[in-house]
Amino acid sequence: MEPVLSIRDLRISIPTDEGSAQILDHVSVKLEKGRIVGVVGESGCGKSTLIRAILGILPNQTQIESGVILFNGRDLLQLPKGVLNKEIRGRAIGFIPQDPYLALNPVFRVGTQLLEILRAHGMPGEAPPKKFDRRTEARYRAHLVGLLKAVQVPDPETTLERYPHQFSGGQRQRVLIAAALACRPEVILADEPTTALDVTTQLQILKLLKDLVGEFDVSMLFITHDFGVVAQLCDEVSVMYAGQTVESGPTRAILDDTRHPYTQALIGCHPDRAVDIAGIPGQVPSPLAPPPGCRFHPRCDHAMAKCISERPALQALGANRQRVACTLYDGAVD
Amino acid sequence: MLILKKFLRDIPAVLGFVIIALVIIIALASPLLVPDRSVAFDSNILARLQPPSAEHWFGTDNLGRDILARVILGTRGALMIALSVVGLAILIGVPLGLVAGYKGGLLGDLIMRLTDVFLAVPQLILAVALAQLLSRGITSAMLALALTYWPFFARTVYGETRRVRTALFVEALQGLGAGDWRIMLAHVLPNVASPVIVRATIGMGFTILTAAVLGFLGVGATPPDPDWGLAIAESREYLPEHWWFAAFPGLAILITVLGFNLFGDGLRDLVDPKLRRSR
Repeated sequence: MEPVLSIRDLRISIPTDEGSAQILDHVSVKLEKGRIVGVVGESGCGKSTLIRAILGILPNQTQIESGVILFNGRDLLQLPKGVLNKEIRGRAIGFIPQDPYLALNPVFRVGTQLLEILRAHGMPGEAPPKKFDRRTEARYRAHLVGLLKAVQVPDPETTLERYPHQFSGGQRQRVLIAAALACRPEVILADEPTTALDVTTQLQILKLLKDLVGEFDVSMLFITHDFGVVAQLCDEVSVMYAGQTVESGPTRAILDDTRHPYTQALIGCHPDRAVDIAGIPGQVPSPLAPPPGCRFHPRCDHAMAKCISERPALQALGANRQRVACTLYDGAVD
Repeated sequence: MLILKKFLRDIPAVLGFVIIALVIIIALASPLLVPDRSVAFDSNILARLQPPSAEHWFGTDNLGRDILARVILGTRGALMIALSVVGLAILIGVPLGLVAGYKGGLLGDLIMRLTDVFLAVPQLILAVALAQLLSRGITSAMLALALTYWPFFARTVYGETRRVRTALFVEALQGLGAGDWRIMLAHVLPNVASPVIVRATIGMGFTILTAAVLGFLGVGATPPDPDWGLAIAESREYLPEHWWFAAFPGLAILITVLGFNLFGDGLRDLVDPKLRRSR
């Protein structure tokens, strides 16, 4: 099946005073229709940059060195800003930001902010409104109430009249999910949407997201640092380390048959899975001076000479569509 | 309303508000308060420099004109200057600060360095120089004051915009497909409005004072306008024996400026709890 969203060989760097920082290096992610793909990695591995690259909201000085981001066959990197604003951002691709406490404008009512999205993009399947009269507004409000019901916000009508500070974090995250769904996008990008929430709320939101993907017929790219969340939510997973994709494939396959030493170490760090938590020795390398070859080699137990001299490419492994970028599996056929 | 209750507990601020309200009422009602404008404009040499009396509550000036009437008529001018100067300064300063803070980069640096240049020259001297360059009169005084007051708004808005610009909701808006101008005007501006309102209120008092200074120095209002600053300038030769000539226009300036400052301080305390006076 042709993927809805396909990122191939994306390389992004940001010039700094101390030289060029290689934020993303040969990142490849595929998202098929109706699927949830998790992107996992430690803080600073470039997960959030990936989402910003898809939406085209990277800082100005960022340089895209190579790669394509294909969305339904169109390369988003080549589209002008006006087209992105009108057709892609918020309309075809929804975005759920990380921290629900900060992602709403504190000075406006929730309803005003949600209405603004519809005023700019129009109702699902419609053009933006030519004139915004009372009847249009009433129709939009009805749509929003339906959305808020779908994301299980109690009392949707009064919710629209309230200000962001009058909600709990979980409620605000639900509002933001409704915002992302407002124009019925094909793809939703979720940037660690549960990280700022407590464990019980986190679980509810994950369940909600999983249900919504089926109900609204969307595909979702889900960024997280938590393999536990991936195991619960994602159909497929793509593991990133220091700006490189190191392993990808169906979640079950990767959890049962972990190949890359980094993925193994990452799963070993999860409190639920590890008997005594091992941790990974060393630190994430600075993007200013990434190690040559495989970026994980300084922290890897299996490192060999070839790991330093050559960057391993993603290669297919086994029948499960599992792919891994590691010298250990060079020429391995199972 | 919690905010109203809080404000009412702040006695100086309420006093400021009452003063401003009174000044505005006097300005609006001046045709009723001074039905016969000739007492304020026609010279009457026989009645010159009379001390306050039942007939002339504030006394008369060197041309025998009623000072009370001239102070009342001057209110409208003072408020007009304050409003138009602050309004014009906001119109120039706020967009510049907004663009500089939001866009940043070379453009932002350029705007802010220009602002610094304006701030580096003492405002009064710059205003006197500008007013001197233009033709003498109230309009050029207003223009000069506005051209020297906008950097304060630009600075305030710049700082606040920089703070709001990095807020996650701005990124969320970008992700939703909102353009730069929409984000700046519809979302950042309301977030930076309160310090601008506070600045504007305090600026009103300050502008009235500076306009009076310009009038005093002879680059502002022209005779026979009933301008407060001009009146003080004209009264200089008659001090100290004819004290009322200077005292009443002076008091008018003092009370009006005090009113705006007290109210402005009160507003700031409401808006920014970090700066709240200890009590």
